[in-house]
Amino acid sequence: MTRFEDELKNNNFVCSECVRCKHLVWPPSEFCNKCFGDVTWRPVSRKAILVEFSSKDGKCFCIAEFEDSIRVFGTIEGNSALSPGQNLVLEYCNYDETPKFVFQTD
Amino acid sequence: MKKVAIAATGLTKFNKTEKPIDSIMLSSIRTIFENTKNLEQKDVDVVLTSTNANKNYLANIISELSGIRPKISHSVESLCNSGTNSLISAYAYVFSGLAETALVVGAEKANSPGLVLNWDMSRGEYKHPIFWASMFTSAHMRKYGTSLEDLAYVSIKNHKNAIDNPHAYFEKPFSLDDVMHSKNLTENVRLLDCSMPCDGAAAVLICSEEKARKYTDTPVWITGIGQKTISASFTKNDNLSSMESTKTAVTDAYQMSNKTAKDVDVVELHDAFSVCEIIELEDMGFCQKGQGSKFVRDLYDTDNRKINPRGGLIGAGHPLGATGIAQVVEIYQQLSGKAEKRQVHNAKTGLVHNMSAGSTSSTVLILES
Repeated sequence: MTRFEDELKNNNFVCSECVRCKHLVWPPSEFCNKCFGDVTWRPVSRKAILVEFSSKDGKCFCIAEFEDSIRVFGTIEGNSALSPGQNLVLEYCNYDETPKFVFQTD
Repeated sequence: MKKVAIAATGLTKFNKTEKPIDSIMLSSIRTIFENTKNLEQKDVDVVLTSTNANKNYLANIISELSGIRPKISHSVESLCNSGTNSLISAYAYVFSGLAETALVVGAEKANSPGLVLNWDMSRGEYKHPIFWASMFTSAHMRKYGTSLEDLAYVSIKNHKNAIDNPHAYFEKPFSLDDVMHSKNLTENVRLLDCSMPCDGAAAVLICSEEKARKYTDTPVWITGIGQKTISASFTKNDNLSSMESTKTAVTDAYQMSNKTAKDVDVVELHDAFSVCEIIELEDMGFCQKGQGSKFVRDLYDTDNRKINPRGGLIGAGHPLGATGIAQVVEIYQQLSGKAEKRQVHNAKTGLVHNMSAGSTSSTVLILES
């Protein structure tokens, strides 16, 4: 179990950030993929932007973007109308064999 | 510039069987040796195997089972474009002079471990390929007004073409109604919009010009190669109504061959899902952006087989490690006038497009007779 997975299980979304150049390394990695500097863990903002969405069996899934760089697939709860570019909030995250991200519209 | 040719091909029926992967590979290799004049096992310098099957030293096993003692043998794996990656490796060996003759064989079983990508954290719980296909579909529908019916035309066209392909997985046509009412996997991806994972193998013999003339009177030349990998994570695709790796790969391939889309007579492109064919036609310059759906409908209405004459992945099936090589086999047959009922009239220049992992990696080849 990695730190990333442990934190997700505690409803914390963390990512590795380069100590040297401050680049956010996503997916998390041992070294910076820009300068090969060492990385440290830091929380990711829970505010996100909706990039694209669809649904399966009435359950809405999407790609959401955090901090202008980190994109993940997740689930959107609720029945409000959706439009790419709108604000989302990360309501809940977890790790159970795969990462799980659940959003609400802001 | 040194010329590199495809001199012979082999192909198995795409289906679902109990046969192990080495047995399927051998069947396609056997076809090459049985149908190629002057070719003996001792002539083969390189054996490359293409698969996602996680088999240790498979190329050595296949070499031994084929009675070949090559200088170089190894596997090449890059998910769904493993086949064209292995072919480019063979090209490089021959072009460099390290080898004169290379045998490239790709195969897969229907239950391939390459179907689900566990490394890609960014996919979250949405690991299955239908989810990335649904994202491309949503984006293209929104930007260009693509409809579910437009997508269905890709499927009925390619299933129709597959009827004349004796190696195809599907052996019957599907109507517009069949596709429109096939099971909804997501709100915009239906079962018949998807390619079918299956068993299958394909093989090609890559040679120097001198060797090619020894083995065949109708060599097909590899004149353009483009390849680009942007990432392993699907979510690194910035623009979901387009395929960045494909645009880069095709630009490089056109430049190397000094060709454009207008010069291409016949195309095998990677229609893993219906939306892929529409986007790829646009991104490779066969029509303007937003015109891919109309282009496909025109092909269907006029029974024009220029795009995916063997039925594409949707009609022929998708044995991952074999797919790129099977696409090359089809273009070889088209350019050498051996495509029988599928023959595109007077085809001289062909294009193969093979991609993987939601278009995070693409390969484009230009082939000429």
